[in-house]
Amino acid sequence: MTEKITQFPGTPLREADFEGGKILFRHDRMKAEYAWDTGIAIGRYLAALKEGYLLGGYCATCRKTVIPPRTVCEWCFRPMEAFVPLEDTGTVNTYSLCYVTWDVKRIKEPEIPAVIEIDGASPLHGILHKLGEVEQEAVHVGMRVQAVWKPAEEREGAITDILYFKPIEGGAK
Amino acid sequence: MGMRKVAVVGAGMTKFVRRAQETGKELAWQASRMALGSCELTLDDIEAICLGTAPDSFDGVHMKAEYLSDGAGGWGKPFMRSYVGGGTGVFAPIQGWYHVASGLFDVVLVVCEEKMSSYHPHAQGAFLTIFDHTTERALKPNLLWIFALEMNRYMQTYGISKEDIARVAVKNKRNAADHPCALLGDPDITIQDVLNSEVLAWPVNRLDVSPVSDGAVALVLAAEHVAKRVTDKPVWIQGVGWSLDTAYWANRDLAYPRYVEYAARMAYEMAGIKEPRKEIHIVEPYDPFDYKELHHLEGLLLADRGQAPRLTADGVTARDGDMPVCPSGGLLGVGNPIAAAGLMKVAELFWQLRGEASARQVPGQPKRGLAQAWGDLMQVGTVVILGINP
Repeated sequence: MTEKITQFPGTPLREADFEGGKILFRHDRMKAEYAWDTGIAIGRYLAALKEGYLLGGYCATCRKTVIPPRTVCEWCFRPMEAFVPLEDTGTVNTYSLCYVTWDVKRIKEPEIPAVIEIDGASPLHGILHKLGEVEQEAVHVGMRVQAVWKPAEEREGAITDILYFKPIEGGAK
Repeated sequence: MGMRKVAVVGAGMTKFVRRAQETGKELAWQASRMALGSCELTLDDIEAICLGTAPDSFDGVHMKAEYLSDGAGGWGKPFMRSYVGGGTGVFAPIQGWYHVASGLFDVVLVVCEEKMSSYHPHAQGAFLTIFDHTTERALKPNLLWIFALEMNRYMQTYGISKEDIARVAVKNKRNAADHPCALLGDPDITIQDVLNSEVLAWPVNRLDVSPVSDGAVALVLAAEHVAKRVTDKPVWIQGVGWSLDTAYWANRDLAYPRYVEYAARMAYEMAGIKEPRKEIHIVEPYDPFDYKELHHLEGLLLADRGQAPRLTADGVTARDGDMPVCPSGGLLGVGNPIAAAGLMKVAELFWQLRGEASARQVPGQPKRGLAQAWGDLMQVGTVVILGINP
């Protein structure tokens, strides 16, 4: 980049170079399968979801209630032994209207991911989930929402036991 | 603190392109060769190699550092890879710095490479595993979600408009028009172009985002006694800092990057900087999305919270403004081969502070600059401060 250098290495390719067979390449698909253990705290969290409620963790030293629960407090590094049931209502902290999939394919009806601050957890403590039963134009930060659960017999102990969060009337608890 | 002074004495980079014919190791070699050539050293003079490169999943190669090592000159030498997600490009020179500052080595080559084009159908897929496997991935999130969520929170907290943010993309893509390696330089782009580009994940439009790219950058770092022999224009590493925030990203304040503040405070203290807004003359904050430049200027304490858009609107951050920000063109303009993009920012400061940035040269003989990168799950800040005084 000194003024002396005018030519920089790197050869840009175009789609046509591949289609025209000008460039050789090797294509492969890798397969990876995992079965993740839930651990102690998330195991409790998933069991609670199966029962139809949200579970947080409470640190008596920091007086913080977090979600999802965890076995160690990040702030004081002491054990976080108290599991506390929280409400299934909350407030939209932020949201997006997403028109693309993970592989950047376009979708017509946007997904509405949101961070939802859960009632009973400390301020700004939320979870990632999606919003539903709501018009795009009506979604806003600060909107009050409640979880819409799968029927009890279909729940399997997963975050997807909550289908989405839908708007409700009423202020924060 | 009993540490030796360390200077940047050479730099090199490849073009940043959407898809390069060269492999990662070929790109790494091209950048390394240029960096060594720029200070008239050879690999024989190099005592250790620091390599920065982002996830193995981009390449589908396990032990990617070892795979890239020959292109980075790593054989038969102490060789080490660092990786802190998108923060890697500014962390690798920090690692190089402590290799030399500690007295262990006199001359170190820092190489950052990224080849994002190998992952199909789109590099975004390589990021899916950053989400928690049990509590988040079941929702089938994609990478754009977290940026869109953070950008919206930032906008809502301070009442910032999309137009305020689009100005950053316009500034950087215009700046990049003067960069010979840039992928997306455009001297004529307007705010309307950004606002009218396709909505990917509202509030993120296509032109709010930096492109997927291939490229490599390399720096040569040297201890004082070598640096003064090698060049009469060494650029000194005056301060470094890095910090990590919680991985429970939905449990923290998304409107303010406190981890960037912690990293900046560490670097300012080391550099003896009391009033960063007066003492930093060029800023290269990480700008993979246009709002991130603003977010980071605030975390770096170079703007009040929520006020960075004002600086952009007033022209303070223009190349000829009072505090030029991303005079290179940044990731939005030059391109975003993750680790290489971060090191490009440090290389830009090197060229700017030596007065060698050609058409991109910031006026007024700047004496000190700051480069910053950011990554992992929106949680790591890495900062390097360079200056013409040791």
